[in-house]
Amino acid sequence: MIEAVERPNGKLAEIETGLTAPWVGRKHVLDLDDFSQEEIHAVLETADRMKEVLARPIRRVPALRGRSIVNLFYEASTRTRVSFEVAAKNLGADVVNVSASGSSVEKGETLLDTVRTLRALGADLLVMRHNHSGAPYTVASHADIPVVNAGDGTHAHPTQALLDAYTIRERFGKIEGLRVLIIGDIAHSRVARSNAWGLRALGAEVTFCGPPTLLPPTTLSSEGDSPWDVGVDMDLDHAIEGVDVVMPLRVQLERQEGSRLASLRGYARDYAITRARLARAAPHAIVMHPGPMNEGVEIDADVAHGLQSVVQDQVSNGVAIRMAVLYLLMAATHGGARGRASGPSVAPLANGIEHVSAAQRRS
Amino acid sequence: MTRLRIHGGRVVDPSQARDEVVDIVVVDGRIDAYVGADFGGEYDRVVDATGLVVSPGFIDLHCHLREPGFEDKETISTGALAAAAGGFTTICCMPNTNPTLDTANDVAYVFAKAREARGARVLPLGTITKGQRGTELSDASELSQAGVVGFSDDGRPVWDGRLMRYALMESLRHKKPVVNHCEEPEVADGGVMNQGRVSDLLGLKGQPAAAEDVMVARDIELARETGGRLHLAHISTEGSVRLLRMAKQEGLAVSAEVTPHHLIMTEDWVLGGNGRNGRPYDTRTKVNPPLRREQDRQALIAALAEGLIDVIATDHAPHRSIDKDCTYDEAAFGISGFETALGGLMQLVESAQLTMTDVIRRLTIEPSRTFDIAGGSLAVGSTADLVIFDPTASWTVDVAQFNSRGKNTPLDGHTLQGRVVTTIVGGDVVYEWRNVP
Repeated sequence: MIEAVERPNGKLAEIETGLTAPWVGRKHVLDLDDFSQEEIHAVLETADRMKEVLARPIRRVPALRGRSIVNLFYEASTRTRVSFEVAAKNLGADVVNVSASGSSVEKGETLLDTVRTLRALGADLLVMRHNHSGAPYTVASHADIPVVNAGDGTHAHPTQALLDAYTIRERFGKIEGLRVLIIGDIAHSRVARSNAWGLRALGAEVTFCGPPTLLPPTTLSSEGDSPWDVGVDMDLDHAIEGVDVVMPLRVQLERQEGSRLASLRGYARDYAITRARLARAAPHAIVMHPGPMNEGVEIDADVAHGLQSVVQDQVSNGVAIRMAVLYLLMAATHGGARGRASGPSVAPLANGIEHVSAAQRRS
Repeated sequence: MTRLRIHGGRVVDPSQARDEVVDIVVVDGRIDAYVGADFGGEYDRVVDATGLVVSPGFIDLHCHLREPGFEDKETISTGALAAAAGGFTTICCMPNTNPTLDTANDVAYVFAKAREARGARVLPLGTITKGQRGTELSDASELSQAGVVGFSDDGRPVWDGRLMRYALMESLRHKKPVVNHCEEPEVADGGVMNQGRVSDLLGLKGQPAAAEDVMVARDIELARETGGRLHLAHISTEGSVRLLRMAKQEGLAVSAEVTPHHLIMTEDWVLGGNGRNGRPYDTRTKVNPPLRREQDRQALIAALAEGLIDVIATDHAPHRSIDKDCTYDEAAFGISGFETALGGLMQLVESAQLTMTDVIRRLTIEPSRTFDIAGGSLAVGSTADLVIFDPTASWTVDVAQFNSRGKNTPLDGHTLQGRVVTTIVGGDVVYEWRNVP
């Protein structure tokens, strides 16, 4: 553990204090509905610095050295799990991956018992994905360690929404005032829900688009009791007109056909993002997708891999965003750069960024 | 001869339209006389009810005692005592035990356990279909002779309209109500809470209110067609109230009950009772039918005040902690309701949405009439089943103090007003509040 390493220069330390300040008091990252605009900006700016780290030949800083982060995944995942793992390792943390298959979960161990076990084994922070909405809340209300939601059921996926915001900001230099269209199975999408909170907090205009059977019921009701401040449009050709960001969601092939959707072919006909449809969006529009993609269903291959696609940027930005989230949350809960808490503190980010090599040179 | 005197209480007994401060003399377990405070005589015991309300013992037409089969959730013994602590002197238990109450033998077992228990009297319902499987009718005649007070498949609605129709036809013979939990399973589609703003917000699968309304409508039409005796369990929606109004206006043999939790809580409680800063995904709020919208709650209160809904029933559904310490999807449906029923209902009296007489009527004489069972009245000559409660005492719900094994209620930690002080069954004091001030 690096403690009280001399700050290389006052300026970085200042920026850093400014970054972590909005997160003071935060215990978990469960969804973006309880994030202030300042907290989100702190993540995006911290991610900028993490991207600088990622641009180096040695993409590591020891900010979380000696910390143990557990990735607890009850659901299949490639990009999110690997992204969190890489992010934690880049910060020098020890990472343990636990998946439901092959663990005691298969023997019927309850979620809370599994978490107690992991805590007893020394976990300092839990990153969890679960197929049931709210599972991280259940854990957070019982556990004494910070919990990061890496996707819960059809509820929330806050780090995805943060990396989406980051990617949009990277392309447009701003988020406020942009028009974002999210298309597809909104009712079952944790990505759409978290993006509705995050992007609205940052001042974007958000519209949900999809067939009525895949829209959250209250967004269709005349009673105006929808929880989100977003537009709703069932007609993609109309909704896509002039938008800045086009974000089709994955259609869950396995559970839709024959009931909510008459056929995937019909879905593709009405809702696939094709070149022709994309041409109706703003000329500078970008195409995003949380992945994995069903090419030919919700998105055509030439759009998915075309010039306007930022899908790969989303993936690489995901690492920087998760480094930022892990760093800020550890700083907020374990006594940040200034070592507020009695426990071991998180090493100042400035030191890490201003190089381990600076310290090395001195020694 | 045992003589008991209940002194100085406000006796509220809607069955006799009585609401006055008067003493009650109980001799050998029966109401013997109403007397003035200065009336003399020798008594084995005098219970001081000064400042308190004396009411006929409450009758609960819908509860779960879990025995046989799920004794780690509740037993007939713990359930009967918990009921007494809630002011209930007669409780009707659902047959969704293991085995289910399909035969005279199953019913005899419950009666045998009930005789050993201290607290409320226990009267079982039998199943409508064998094993609640919804495929083959149970022998209603056998069950009726064994002493069941009604028929229900409880949490498993009888979705086969043909069987429901035959069950209602059988009720013409045994005269006992067929109690259906109204939920059309395809429309409910596995929802774990009410479908609406909160389910959208939390990403939980919702059951539309229409899932209940559709089956209420079907059952009312079947009751009309057969002339059978239908009782609608725990209605929870504005739509059910609308349909019930229609059925009653047409004079059909349809009755209905509502639970205290649907009268005092809404879907917002799933957010933790206190918005997003509470404890979202509070599994203790998971109950079926689910907690609904505020407008449903208001419609239920209005229907009760109007007399459209006949009865308040708890749907007391005790569970183990492990059944609730999990995700919302995994959690069991049900709220432990006996011991908070009165305190919850008194909120509605306090806020002047219901009168004291309304509440007591729906807990006493109306359930007695609805299931045609004894009790619910303190008329001279009746069995002395009564409850004495303090309508203004504030107390904080602490589930650790529950007599029930089921500690599952979102009211834990909440302050309620209205506390049962003494419960008397057949002239015997079966429950006394320990912390009487």
